[in-house]
Amino acid sequence: MRFAIVRFPGSNCDADCERAVVEGIGHEAVYVWHKDTVIGDVDVILLPGGFSYGDHLRAGAIARCSPIMPAVLEFAGGGGPVIGICNGFQVLCEAHLLPGALIRNRDLRFRHVEVILRVERTDTVLTDACVPGQRLRMPIAHGEGQYVADAETLAALEADGRVVFRYVDERGEPTSSANPNGSQHNIAGICNAAGNVVGLMPHPERAVSRLLGSSDGLVLFESLELATRGKVAAG
Amino acid sequence: MEATISYAVQVRITPRPGILDPEGETIGRALGALGYDGVSDVRAGRLISLRLEADSAEAAQAAAAEMCDRLIANPIIEDYAIQVEEDG
Repeated sequence: MRFAIVRFPGSNCDADCERAVVEGIGHEAVYVWHKDTVIGDVDVILLPGGFSYGDHLRAGAIARCSPIMPAVLEFAGGGGPVIGICNGFQVLCEAHLLPGALIRNRDLRFRHVEVILRVERTDTVLTDACVPGQRLRMPIAHGEGQYVADAETLAALEADGRVVFRYVDERGEPTSSANPNGSQHNIAGICNAAGNVVGLMPHPERAVSRLLGSSDGLVLFESLELATRGKVAAG
Repeated sequence: MEATISYAVQVRITPRPGILDPEGETIGRALGALGYDGVSDVRAGRLISLRLEADSAEAAQAAAAEMCDRLIANPIIEDYAIQVEEDG
């Protein structure tokens, strides 16, 4: 299986994603430059973390105007798995592949801490190897990760079960103190209606080995493998 | 097509009502710390200015609004106000 990792100027988690794919789950990863217009024959597209275009204007706002983005939208529209991590999540929101927006953290600080995520939904391409309610430890590293949406959108997300990950405490409760950035409803990640586009602020690619403090991120890459394998078998 | 008139456009972007504005809140607290009582509802936004060739002020206004909807502002979290003046 082949994963495309889109590189924007300022992407800085691209190599971590590559390593997670190649060493974590043993698949092929190819880099795609933001100025390219063709993604090629791939099974998954990853939009990595970083500070694309220096976060100018709004995080992700300039990146979503990149020449590569029409190809990403087309791939997503055809049901292909598209995963945005951190800055990649911001890009997906700016590209309207996912609803809502990510604004400055509640306390205005760049937060770099380990968080606990609760998996809320296991029928997305990123979580189908998880069990419902599974808790995953992985780091966040962002200044603009506060998820916001209008009341109607938020209610629809909850009603449709499109909240994929929530920040929780040790007991698995989505408390205010477990919420590192002030996100509404402790939202750490969401998906589109079809479940093939998922965005999350935490970094699973930085939690793929015990050496890194956690290997809980691996299950998300294994989920992508499972989802893609299913699709390949069915197709 | 000949665009004949140059317009100076200013776009003022502010957080939408109801959207948390941690920067505005922080400025408000700092003003309180400096002893300014009675300050409330501090909101922080940004100003973007540009020059635009268009056939009329209405056309410039419409073009700027489209730019705001598509890029300059994020209508999910921000409001914008556009000011168009003929650029002498």
